[in-house]
Amino acid sequence: MNILVCVSRVPDTATRINVGDDGKTIKNDGVKFIVNPYDEYALETGIRLKESNGATVTAVTVGSSDSTDVLRTSLAMGVDNAILVKAENYDSYVVAENIAAVAKDINADLIVLGRQSIDFDSLQLSSLLGAMLDRPSVSVVSNLEINGDKLVCESDIEGGKETVETSLPCVISTQKGIYDPRYPKLPDIMKAKKKPIEERDGVSSDTKVEVITMAIPQSSRIGKIVGDSDAEIESIVSALHTEAKVI
Amino acid sequence: MSNILVFLESSNGQLKRYSTEAITAAKNIASQIGGSVNAIILNDEAAGKQAGNYGADKVLVAKSDLLSKYSSVATSKVIKEAADKTSSNIVFMAASSAGKELSPRVSYLMGAGYIADIVALNNEGGLVATKPVYAGKAQIKTKIKTANQVYSLRPNVFTANKISDSDAAVEVFAPQLSDADFSAVVTKVSKSEGKLDVAEASIVVSGGRGLKEAENFKLVEDLAAALGAGVGASRAVVDAGWRPHSEQVGQTGKTVSPNLYVAVGISGAVQHLAGMSSSKFILAINKDKDAPIFKIADYGIVGDAFEVVPKITSMIKNK
Repeated sequence: MNILVCVSRVPDTATRINVGDDGKTIKNDGVKFIVNPYDEYALETGIRLKESNGATVTAVTVGSSDSTDVLRTSLAMGVDNAILVKAENYDSYVVAENIAAVAKDINADLIVLGRQSIDFDSLQLSSLLGAMLDRPSVSVVSNLEINGDKLVCESDIEGGKETVETSLPCVISTQKGIYDPRYPKLPDIMKAKKKPIEERDGVSSDTKVEVITMAIPQSSRIGKIVGDSDAEIESIVSALHTEAKVI
Repeated sequence: MSNILVFLESSNGQLKRYSTEAITAAKNIASQIGGSVNAIILNDEAAGKQAGNYGADKVLVAKSDLLSKYSSVATSKVIKEAADKTSSNIVFMAASSAGKELSPRVSYLMGAGYIADIVALNNEGGLVATKPVYAGKAQIKTKIKTANQVYSLRPNVFTANKISDSDAAVEVFAPQLSDADFSAVVTKVSKSEGKLDVAEASIVVSGGRGLKEAENFKLVEDLAAALGAGVGASRAVVDAGWRPHSEQVGQTGKTVSPNLYVAVGISGAVQHLAGMSSSKFILAINKDKDAPIFKIADYGIVGDAFEVVPKITSMIKNK
């Protein structure tokens, strides 16, 4: 079985975000970049399936040569191959086109992604890839059973869970609950530094979406912070009634 | 001029609230750019009619024996067919679990651009969407370059307006589907009975590590019961096994935007804020006056949750 795991490089959640001079993107100076946290579940899923069922696992990312660091982490965790697709001007659609091209090229039976990347939080790549490749997709999978080419996926939905049954080839996106991501061990990190990373030139087509401006939202919160006397608590409960009108 | 198609979800013959929000949003945009508001729903004719109350001109109801099973591939094809039938080149739906899975597929079938989980949409000589990015630390204004466009709308951010008592005109049609469109189907849905889901509740009360022990979550549950609220939890207490993952709010959990979010003993790590910062009003209760949660709170009480929360609960019960 060939498994393709899609990895993206994103600013650490805790990092401070500043808007760049172009007014459309973030300033990269001083920003710590990490493997998208949800993609760690995807990597772990690919590697577990390899360990249990036998598979070749390839990690792919679309971006600049800066993104080799997330592929090194993927290799250290235990994927077999790593591919960097070089692209400059891209939106989710162009990223999906590039991953779809790799998926076809390596005959991927299963494509695994994190449920969303924590930069734009769009949660669109898994089903977009499914549509492009004419395959079923299951999003936000928190429990997976795989039996031959049959998959039983459990996902959180509003007010409960749903089970989706499908079969290979398909696309799934993973989230917390599926498998706990492993921490790469030091010898594996060292070995990963020497492993080859294949670079490819991306297919480029027109982006469908453009960012006009990016801004840091200004808080418009009321900001009424009080102590814990009965009168103060009463004043807050009363404000919820009369000012916010939410209770 | 552009016609807009809204994909509707329902349960037990009632439209989901987030779907009615999408109809109102479509009506607002249609009144600015001209064009009709149409809707598409699977199977549920009774719920479909209600779209008229929010200003939909016409509702298509897709009926087919195949649709007794739910498949996202099939549903996206039904939506595309409905867009063609109503000459709609713009599609709206809620950024629900189903909506987030369907929108990219529909956009691909329509050759459309797609913007996910938007919190505002305005006509500025073209539609401009606002969307939080980087865990809500920044916001972008963004637009689709293609004529065909798909938007998913964050639930409980857009307001639903009931503007009429009349039902929408209903047209039942048999969509063009085959067995091949059902290669991934929902085989089981288990709802947590009697519990309000955090993602749908209009008030959410969440607890964090400040509660010290799993048993103390009763404080949060009691306040939630008094408010008719859903119960949420921070990542720390889910990881500690106090609460199920389905209640987790924030990164690796759920994104909520209720009318009121009450954070009890939650310090407000960025990962948590990412999941609740678009709430309309935020009340924080924490004994640490420097906790980051107070920076984004509308109302805050600096004090011991074990003393403060029961007092709030009894004040609300006595109102």
